[in-house]
This record gives sequence, structure tokens and C-alpha cells, in this order.
Amino acid sequence: MSSKSKPKPKIGVFKFASCDGCQLSLLDAEDELLGVAGAVEIAYFPEATRAMSKGPYDIGLVEGSITTYQDAQRIQEVRRQCKTLITIGACATAGGIQALRNWKDVDEFIRVVYATPQFISTLKLSTPIAEHVPVDFELRGCPINKYQLIELITATLAGRKPNVPTYSVCIECKRKSNVCITVAKGVPCLGPVTQAGCGALCPGYDRGCYGCYGPMETPNTASMTSQFRILGQADSQVARAFRGFNAWAWQFRKASEECERT
Amino acid sequence: MTVHGTRTIRVDTLARVEGEGSLYIKLVGERVADVKLKIYEPPRFFEAFLRGRHFSEVADITARICGICPIAYQMSAIHAIERALGVRIDPRVRLLRRLFYCGEWIESHTLHVYMLHAPDFLGYQDVIAMAADHRAVVEKALRLKKVGNRIVQLLGGREIHPISAAVGGFYKTPTKQQVRDLVADLEWALEASLETVRWTAGLKFPDFEQDYEFVALRHPDEYPFNEGRLVSNRGLDIDAAEYEDHFAELHVKHSNALHSVVRGRGSYLVGPLARFNLNFDKLPEVACQAALDVGLQPPVKNIFRSIVVRAVEIVFACAEALRVIREYDAPAVSRVEVPNRIGVGQAITEAPRGILYHRYALDENGLIVTAKIVPPTSQNQKRIEDDLREYAAQLVAWPLEEATWKCEQAVRSYDPCISCATHFLKLVVERTDAGI
Repeated sequence: MSSKSKPKPKIGVFKFASCDGCQLSLLDAEDELLGVAGAVEIAYFPEATRAMSKGPYDIGLVEGSITTYQDAQRIQEVRRQCKTLITIGACATAGGIQALRNWKDVDEFIRVVYATPQFISTLKLSTPIAEHVPVDFELRGCPINKYQLIELITATLAGRKPNVPTYSVCIECKRKSNVCITVAKGVPCLGPVTQAGCGALCPGYDRGCYGCYGPMETPNTASMTSQFRILGQADSQVARAFRGFNAWAWQFRKASEECERT
Repeated sequence: MTVHGTRTIRVDTLARVEGEGSLYIKLVGERVADVKLKIYEPPRFFEAFLRGRHFSEVADITARICGICPIAYQMSAIHAIERALGVRIDPRVRLLRRLFYCGEWIESHTLHVYMLHAPDFLGYQDVIAMAADHRAVVEKALRLKKVGNRIVQLLGGREIHPISAAVGGFYKTPTKQQVRDLVADLEWALEASLETVRWTAGLKFPDFEQDYEFVALRHPDEYPFNEGRLVSNRGLDIDAAEYEDHFAELHVKHSNALHSVVRGRGSYLVGPLARFNLNFDKLPEVACQAALDVGLQPPVKNIFRSIVVRAVEIVFACAEALRVIREYDAPAVSRVEVPNRIGVGQAITEAPRGILYHRYALDENGLIVTAKIVPPTSQNQKRIEDDLREYAAQLVAWPLEEATWKCEQAVRSYDPCISCATHFLKLVVERTDAGI
């Protein structure tokens, strides 16, 4: 076959428990959307199209966490259908905000929200995709950064390593010449233990980082906890800070549980 | 022609909506025997895990209910908490919140008009296929959407789950100059939105009018965003604090989802059509005129025409953003300090898809004791099913595939956001083999 007739790589976008925001990032890439659509075949993306072509897919983008028995089955099928499986966002990579149930009695949660509990079928835990199937790349963030997503798709198609840094938000603050809000104003900030990718948004808006990109590579959470205490935060507040959108990521999970124990 | 036998309109994965739902309509002869808009989106239990969180975290957490309309969740949460705590905000912060909402309406409505709904009218599976034949239209749509996102980005840091809105104000407010820098984009957007009204008005609409109860906020001086009384065309006129006395969620036979109803009456409609019909006199001249020029005036009772009304609301949002920018000056303090205290507060704001109700009870440490959230899509859900029952009856003689697409188009007229609705809907998780 000539290179002209070579089929375009097929992309599928799959949703589990989530807010839709990470897949929306693709539609929010206003300047890049038509270019991406020209380079690949969007074969399965229900949020954007009625046309649903069957797998296999070259790249599967998975948003959301696993919270039901049916979804735990479905992710196995999605994995079988995708040559490269990429998880996008805090739900898919860490269980999301809905993982707060993991420390509670989910049956009590059901009773609080739903009048007829027997209709609800849900698992006790909200878990990331990688706890169920092998994942080729995890793109962090709540929500993900759309430019990182485009870079990741481009790199995957080109067969190279994506340029997605794993250092902390502090590095981004330095690059932007932000004055450190912890040092200057005594504001508690998770920036030192959180992975970069947002562009150090919160410190730039006069508030502390709340960790929506999850733990950086080898974070020193113990030191972070003592810093929060020095700034006058009670252990219950420190635990809450770690228990956000990436609460079930093991480094943050360990840190919040240590605060609860003391 | 008489139609015999049983036929089923079935869409296992509803496309071009936010979240996961399916559609099931059973036709027996010429009778519509059953209509179900099924929701299989898994529940996430926001009201449950909000308990014990501090009020300062609520706007960040509830934003995550919906990636499409996070600002609506932030605004309803913040206003409810401010009412619980008796907070008074700076009038310039109030203006800025209106500008923030303008950004979300422009972005969300443009996404829906061009990328989710228009392909139905023109017979395309999606906007990408539509772009092959209508490249200039789609490029203009993307640019218009981007203007909305630019406002959100300036005020909130990023388009999805913005980080600056807070109880008492904003973490950081933009300077007068930063806001003025939006003017050129918005002037272009206003023209583009006027073209959008003309373009959508030229689409072909099914002949389908219903006698709706429209429910929306109404403010004495302005088209509603964050304030006003909740009114309807059937005499409702209440404060947000009275919402739960007048609305109820019912469990309907053969349906696994809770349906919102006006107590003693039944289904109702929230969103662009309701706002337009109840607040036409509050639209700025340019939006009013744009509507009249294409023959659109209240009451609009054809849900398919909501695409034109959404376009009129984009005109409004662009004009309102320009007005706010002219009046804006940075407040002396971006947010007032809000001490912890016991309280209960309710608020309703106008999300792009319709009213969004929040109620919070707080303890003496500022922690959430109870939370209740009623999103627009759950309020429209019963109305969507009522529409389909009527509409499917008109389609019994149609080829099944065309009838199915038409029913999908009717559902998409509501711009349903199933991700939002689910955290409180009663549901049975159900999946079929058709989609993975």
C-alpha cells in the first residue's frame, strides 16, 4: 500500500466516573482541534460524535475512576481494544474527589444522597484505572492541561517520550518569578509536593496550591506536614489538604492518614 | 397510513451530551407505550463527602461536579454560603461575578450551538464532519468559544475548574486594564454572536410546540445570573429559601431516576427558553432586536428553537460583558474575610442549562453539616421524557433510524448534562453490548 492510503491512527475516548472536564479539554483546544482531527481518526468519542466505530484503537484516552462493578468489567474490554492506553486526569490516575468515600462507609453515603438505596450499585472504593489494567501513560491534573494532552498525543503518534515534567509546582513558581506565598505571606501551599503542569496557577492568584496535579515524583510529605503545622494548621486541616482531588494517590493518602493518627 | 406491531427507538449511548445516558422508547402500533431517559453514569456522592469540609473548600469541590459548567457550581455554592454567613460583597465583586458568568455562557452555549446541536440540524455525525463542508462556520465558532474561555481564564486562571472565586469575593481580582484588554475580542464576539442568531434562525425546525411551565430567576433590573426571585409563567414567585417547599423529587413508576416536579403541578422546564420567555424585557436592546429580527419573541414553545434562543443569550452575554467592563474598577479588597459561624443558606443561580439550587448548613467551625444540590438537568429530566412521549407519537410512521436521530435531537435541545444530574439521581447501572 502506498503511504497515501495509509489509514490514520484511531483514537477512542472513554469515560468512567468523572465530571467530563478532561475530555472537554480536547474540545477546548480551539486552535488545535481541527488540526488534531485532521491527523487522526476520532473513532469513539461520544461527547463529540454520534459516529462510533469499533476498535481496535491505536490510542485510548480514559477519563474517570472505577466505582462500579460494571465499569471494572468494561475497563478490561477497553484495555483489550487499545494499543496504547493513556489515562487522563485525577479521577483516572488517582480515583478523583469521589475517592473520599474510600475512608467512609459507602452504604451510609448512599443513604444520605439517595432515598431508595437498593437501586444503587456501587463499589466501596473509587480507584484509578492502573489498579485494574496496565496503563501506558498517566496524565495528571484536575483538570489536565490541554497543551500537555496535545503534546502527549503527538509524542505517542511519533513514538517518542512525551515532554511532561514530574518536578514540583515550586519550579513553575520560580520560572514565573512568583514571590513564594508561604515565605512572604505565611499561606499554606502544597506546591512543594505537587507535580507541575498547571503553570503554578494558585500562587499566581494569591492562594496556596491545593494539589490538583497530585504528588510529584518522590514528594517529602512529612516535611510538608510540619511546615503546615508551623503555619498554625491543625492536624485535621492538614489531613483535609492532602485529602482533595488526588486523595487516594498513595503519597497523599499516607500523609493524610498520618495526620489523622496523631 | 396505519402502523402495526411493536417498534423500539433505542440509543444505547447518547452522544453529544455531557455524561452517560441512554434512550429507550417503545412504540406499540401508533401509541407510545414507554419512554425512558436512562442514566447509567455512576454516582459520586458529592452531598455526602462535602460534610465535614470547610466552607472555603466548597467552591473548589462542587466545581468538579461538572467540567462544562464549573462556574455555575462555584457561583451557587458561594452565594448560598454567603447567605448562610450574612456576607455582604463589594459591588465591584458583584460586577466581576457577572462577567465571570458571561464567560461561561459564551463558552458553554457556543459549544452546544455549534459543536453539539447544529450537526443534528445539518445531518452530520459531529462538528468535525460538519467542518469539512462548513469550515468557516466552525472556525468562527471555535474563535467565539475561545473569547468566552478567555474571560474565564482571566478571572479564574483556567477554563475548567477555575481557581479564583471565593466566599467573600475572589482570591485575586484583575486590574481595570486587564479587563479592558478583553474589549476588542468581545466586540468581535458580539458581531459573531449576531451572525449566530441569523445562522441558527435559518435552520429547519420540526413543528412541535408544548405547553410548558417555564421556571427561571427574575431580577428587577437585569437578565438573571446570580440573583432574583424564582418565577414561572404559572404564578410561581418565591425566594431561593422557599425552593424545597415548592419543588419535589418524585419516584416515577418504570423509571429509576428521580424526577423534579413543581409540587401539585408536574414537570417544568428550566434553561434558555425559560429565561428568555420570562425575562425578554430585561434583555439589552441589541439582543432584543436580534431576536425580533428573526421573528423570535416570547413565548417560544418549540424546544428545537432553543438553539436560536441560546444564540440570543450569547449576544446578551457579549453585550453584558462589554457593559460590565465599562463600569468596572478593581475593588480595594479582592475578598472580605469571612469568620466561621453557624448558619443555613440557599442560593439559585442560572447555569447555562438552567437553575442550579444549593443549600448548606454550617457549624460553628465553618464545616459543612448538610449539603443539597439540585442541578438543572435533573429538573428538566421529567420534561424531556414528557416531550419525547408527545414527539415520538409524531414519528411512528418514520423509518426507525431517522426517528431515532430526531428523538436524540430533541433530547439534545435541552443540552443535558448527565454528569451533573447523576450525583443525586436514583439509578440502576445498566449497560448493553453496543458501546464500550
